[in-house]
Amino acid sequence: MSTLLSIRNLRICFAGQEKPAVDGVNFALSPGKMHALVGESGSGKSLTALSILRLLPPAAQVKADAIELDGVDVTDWRDEKLRQLRGGRIGMIFQEPLSALNPLHIVEQQVCENILIHQQIDRHKARLRCIALLEKVQLPDPEQIMARYPHQLSGGQRQRVMIAMALANDPALLIADEPTTALDVTVEESILDLLKQLQRDLGLGVLLITHDLGIVGRYAEEVSVMCAGKIVEQGNTAAVLADPQHTYTRHLIDSAPGGTAPTPSNSGTLLRASALSVRFSQRLGWLGKKSHLTAVNNVSLSIRRGQTLGVVGESGSGKSTLAMALLRLIDSRGDISLGDIRLDALRGKQMQPYRARMQIVFQDPWGTLNPRLTIGQIVVEGLEVHRRDLNKTARDARVAAILTEVGLEAEMRHRYPHELSGGQRQRVAIARALILEPELLILDEPTSALDRSVQHQVLELLKALQHRHNLTYIFISHDLRVVRGISHDLIVMRDGCIVENGNTESIFQSPQQPYTQQLIHAAFDETVKY
Amino acid sequence: MSFRLFTRTPRRPFSNPVTERQWTAFKQNKRGYWSLWLFSFLFLTSLCAEFIANDKPLLARYQGETYFPIFVSYPETTFGGVFETETSYRDPFVAELIEEDGWMLWPLIPYSYNTINYNLTTPAPAPPSSDNWLGTDDQGRDVLARVIYGFRLSVLFGLLLTIASSIVGIIVGAIQGYYGGWIDLAGQRFLEVWSSMPTLFLIIILTSFVAPNFWWLLGIMLLFSWMALVDLVRAEFLRGRNFDYVRAARALGVPAPVIMFRHMLPNAMVATLTFMPFILNGGIVTLTSLDFLGFGLPPGSPSLGELLGQGKANLQAPWLGISAFASLSILLTLLIFIGEAIRDAFDPRKFLS
Repeated sequence: MSTLLSIRNLRICFAGQEKPAVDGVNFALSPGKMHALVGESGSGKSLTALSILRLLPPAAQVKADAIELDGVDVTDWRDEKLRQLRGGRIGMIFQEPLSALNPLHIVEQQVCENILIHQQIDRHKARLRCIALLEKVQLPDPEQIMARYPHQLSGGQRQRVMIAMALANDPALLIADEPTTALDVTVEESILDLLKQLQRDLGLGVLLITHDLGIVGRYAEEVSVMCAGKIVEQGNTAAVLADPQHTYTRHLIDSAPGGTAPTPSNSGTLLRASALSVRFSQRLGWLGKKSHLTAVNNVSLSIRRGQTLGVVGESGSGKSTLAMALLRLIDSRGDISLGDIRLDALRGKQMQPYRARMQIVFQDPWGTLNPRLTIGQIVVEGLEVHRRDLNKTARDARVAAILTEVGLEAEMRHRYPHELSGGQRQRVAIARALILEPELLILDEPTSALDRSVQHQVLELLKALQHRHNLTYIFISHDLRVVRGISHDLIVMRDGCIVENGNTESIFQSPQQPYTQQLIHAAFDETVKY
Repeated sequence: MSFRLFTRTPRRPFSNPVTERQWTAFKQNKRGYWSLWLFSFLFLTSLCAEFIANDKPLLARYQGETYFPIFVSYPETTFGGVFETETSYRDPFVAELIEEDGWMLWPLIPYSYNTINYNLTTPAPAPPSSDNWLGTDDQGRDVLARVIYGFRLSVLFGLLLTIASSIVGIIVGAIQGYYGGWIDLAGQRFLEVWSSMPTLFLIIILTSFVAPNFWWLLGIMLLFSWMALVDLVRAEFLRGRNFDYVRAARALGVPAPVIMFRHMLPNAMVATLTFMPFILNGGIVTLTSLDFLGFGLPPGSPSLGELLGQGKANLQAPWLGISAFASLSILLTLLIFIGEAIRDAFDPRKFLS
């Protein structure tokens, strides 16, 4: 069988770093096959892919025995020859379609530019080609899509445009760098299906870079598992997943989210919200018409003490806005009561004493900590507000204790956030919330930005903490597997409304609403598509 | 309220990684780094202007006793003179009296900014000579002494104006950005009206109502210079409002002033510090223009603008205009270089490339 792409002994070093970022990578890709590079962040999988087109940052030094495309060594190609390769023989799809598309050009300009650079045809023909391409990526009504700007398209549509651009010059190889990470689950599936179909119809070789073993198992024929710059395991996907040889592969497979929530302790209601609505009003100009965006629409929920309420929905469904409204950080209408206290009746400073009883952990581990403060200063802040009775030594002792409790070293309180990894930062964020001994903890996608194995550890920590302190969680996530593993009750949201709610397991067993069925299908579909 | 706004870092006091990185980047800009040293040297030197250019000796010895005329005012009778008033040491008669039975240690330049040299061989303005290194102005005062004192006054005025207008600007911008909504809207409209005023003319009109001294001028100019930072700080605060760590602080119940000061202001300080040298420059230029036009500091004050004015009035005496021009342009250039280096140091893109 012929080889489309073959990489032998690829090494990438960064100036000033002793350890190479990619260290002796070998792999081969056959035409018409999908090869997945899987690994956690920092494993060198994206660097490997980018090195093929020499798209690495200038500080990177690439050495390879061979990077062969169709048997031709392209390692030393420069400038003009390399440009023919880029977007010609090799197409590339990036993770974030919004930033990969030029916001000032309409779709037609972007796709046609790509065609006109590589092919000697006139504008009219390029336009026809553009329409054909958009049809090929299954965009409805291509003529209309072509006249739109990227911000007028949905995330899935943008990614389809990106794919159309990558396909514009009949490439032999398509490199897809985490093509669906920024997309919702239901969209993710359709994009991957499309890639798979194109691969089969056009006989493309696809190099898929991902961190998600689930996707690999369903779509890729072959897989290379990368860890710390090296390929630790390689081979037929089904074989590798069924019988992983390397401990790292096993570790990756084991950290896939799953399982069900631990049995809850039965007790009374802690938080109740009824007919909660959040509206954002917008006015164009001084005398313009006021328009309203209802982010949360008439949501009612109640959470029992010591239990977890899962909130799932795709981006823009109002999950995070609901969290902010429950914490009374944004204005809302409707009743919110914590125990016997009507929170919505409290104004301004009256809310202050109750803040200690409900806390929040955010998604982005990089944005959640103030980079200019030490970990100790960050964690102690809540005590400075709510526990003025404690002196400095007592506060410091509490900080040390809570850091130990979330699995960090007490000495870490003298460090700065940038010295910590993503998982450690998220633990600090949990410590900051827990130091006030809250009853309710709202977790807004706490693990979405973390690698699978770290995600697993953080979820275990959360479960342990809940058990130890009888904490009540609201767990917001778009990842149904994660939610299933931790929550007792579930709310499915769409466009600000509750689509379905009830006991988690019963919803997963027999979803009533079509939307819930679709979500669950997308998340738990194990069908192999190759 | 006994809130600790800045908790001390145990490991590396008074530094954090962000500041350290920025300082390194600042030092990498050699031009700005040397400008900072040169400016600091010039400014510190000019702060000691009394010891460098003065019409009183630093130290005098008369009849076995030591006198410090620069600190203490001695009547002329102390040295065997006739008048009860303060000794005029430059008077040849008095100087002779003292030197008969002692000595005097003069500063490098034996003139203060308002000392009139009566021993000129040519009519004022006199050209540069060994007595008056940069010549004298049209009232017989030493130009170099006036430049040193004028430099000090300009920089001090500029610094005070910068600090005061930054404080006002940051507070207004922070409140607008943090609270948003109606407060922001009203503030923006007011700013638009206020900033469209013809500033220089208004200052001229206002200064004609009062007898303008240093503090009046500072106050009047502050009325119009505080707006420079408002938009920047407001934008930073609008952005900062949605940072997760700001939200987390709000969820913790941290009071708004503390959130603004501790979590949001450091982000706005980047923009603020970048702008400060340019505001300082603007302040100095405005003061100089007012002095040049004659609406500034009271007559007799050492001022670069007044010196420029003299240069224009006495084109036959080019040392006036050249001295004023050279000192102003060196001052403003140094500040611009420093400002550029600060701007680069705070630019995160500089690190990535």
